[in-house]
Amino acid sequence: MTTEIEELYQEVILDHSRRPRNFGELADAAVRVHGDNPACGDEIHLGVRFDAEGGLEDIKFTGHGCAISQASASLMTMKLKGKSRVEVMEMLRAFHDLVTDEISEAPKTLGDLRVMKGVRKFPQRVKCAMLAWRAVEQALEQGAGEANVSTEPE
Amino acid sequence: MHKIAAKAVDWHAVREDFPILREQAHGHPLIYFDSAATSQKPRAIIDALRRYYEHENANVHRGLHTLSSRATEAYEKSRQRVAEYVGAASADEIIFTRGTTESINLVAHAWGGKFIHEGDVILLTEMEHHSNLVPWQLLAERTGARLRFVPVRDDGTLDLEQLSSLLTPELKLFAFTHISNSLGTINPVAELCEKAHAVGALTLVDAAQSAGHLPINVQELGCDYLAFSGHKMCGPTGIGALYGRAEVLDSMPPWHGGGEMIVSVTLEKSVFKRAPHRFEAGTPNIAGAIGLAAAIDYIEQIGRPAIFEHDTQLAHYAAERLTELTGMHVLGPTGERGALVGFVMDAVHPHDLTTFADQYGLALRGGHHCNQPLMRRFGVSGTTRASFYFYNTTEEIDRMIEILHRAVRFFS
Repeated sequence: MTTEIEELYQEVILDHSRRPRNFGELADAAVRVHGDNPACGDEIHLGVRFDAEGGLEDIKFTGHGCAISQASASLMTMKLKGKSRVEVMEMLRAFHDLVTDEISEAPKTLGDLRVMKGVRKFPQRVKCAMLAWRAVEQALEQGAGEANVSTEPE
Repeated sequence: MHKIAAKAVDWHAVREDFPILREQAHGHPLIYFDSAATSQKPRAIIDALRRYYEHENANVHRGLHTLSSRATEAYEKSRQRVAEYVGAASADEIIFTRGTTESINLVAHAWGGKFIHEGDVILLTEMEHHSNLVPWQLLAERTGARLRFVPVRDDGTLDLEQLSSLLTPELKLFAFTHISNSLGTINPVAELCEKAHAVGALTLVDAAQSAGHLPINVQELGCDYLAFSGHKMCGPTGIGALYGRAEVLDSMPPWHGGGEMIVSVTLEKSVFKRAPHRFEAGTPNIAGAIGLAAAIDYIEQIGRPAIFEHDTQLAHYAAERLTELTGMHVLGPTGERGALVGFVMDAVHPHDLTTFADQYGLALRGGHHCNQPLMRRFGVSGTTRASFYFYNTTEEIDRMIEILHRAVRFFS
């Protein structure tokens, strides 16, 4: 009866929203990005440390938000740790397609992230799923220091 | 004022007047608890719009032909109807606008542009909708005026003890909401107007959440301006009104320039009509005004005292039943409240909850409700809001409680 809702809130998503992984301050972060979704007040604070080649050596987040944004951030940090800059950007594009594009086949490289597929049936929730990804995109662009990113560009 | 005896109404029969209430959402009967955002429309309003377009449509005030006379007469009759509905002394005190937001912007531009100067104070409250905050921020930026705010107490009521210290000689306008769209608080309008007038300030009442729910008489309330929207009181979108006391309107320059608002025009300058036409440049929303008058007829046929009694009973019933849920925090006053209840649940984020509820046919609103400063005041990023109108029932609230229990089990 409520297949769409069960598809959106899969057990993995609910689990990550209740117990987000990589949740906390990254003490020696090279860049910190504060992302917010002003439409709903959700916030993410992302810390990233890079390795010698510029890949993501470590990544952690704090913040508050709906189950979708929290689970998305948690799953993302697990997936991106140890990935190169190019891999991160590829994954960002693939993830965006996953949650927005009705016809795309979810690429296998996305792995666990594919549980977020249900979001595509809920266009109002795409920004929730993308918040953490917008933050990591900004972190790569910024490279060092502090930055802000919003789902509603000014 | 609210004590006028309410007549008995067959509320289930009233529901039949609203075709949309027979809709389904995700295979469930629709439960529409978002009337504070916009109300649903009875058949009578839909018919009035069709009748206008089929039999009366023409531009107003200019054509000398039959249809133009019909349209002009219907448009101006609607103005008269709105004037009676809010207790204005004359139809000339009613300006048709796109809604509450435009009404407030009109005052901020036309009145504020002339009478607000550097150092003047505009007093608002912490519970204002962005539509009664942002126009004043923009005016303050243009003029160097200062904004001050009456604080909101933990119980969702205004901290009136702080008010006296805010009523200074620099105060030029006190603009406040009649009913809070997030908390349901009903503010003591007459008392606030009296206090502001005592220091020579004008008053503006945002009646977006009250105009369709309870009797309003601007002369009894003593306000200088009253702004409201048609679409929250069974009328169409894109139409609303600004009431302005005649003397105040006559002191104001135009804000939009164009046709309809002038007496004569040369290439160099123009002579403007008096209020209200001075403030209605361009072809107005004629069908909208006629729809609004039809909405007023419909509401008056049921009676505002009965509607108010019904709506507040629903809100109280909902607020009470919500407390059955664990980890539930209901916002707003425990005493008298308007037709809505805002709440926060430990187990479920408002957006997850509204997505979940929608799957069961229940339309709730989750988010900041255009009340970001107020959300910050209560330390939340958003709330879930259930808002009611006279076509809602206690059975629907019982169903909402069931769905919320289900949501807690799902997300915990």
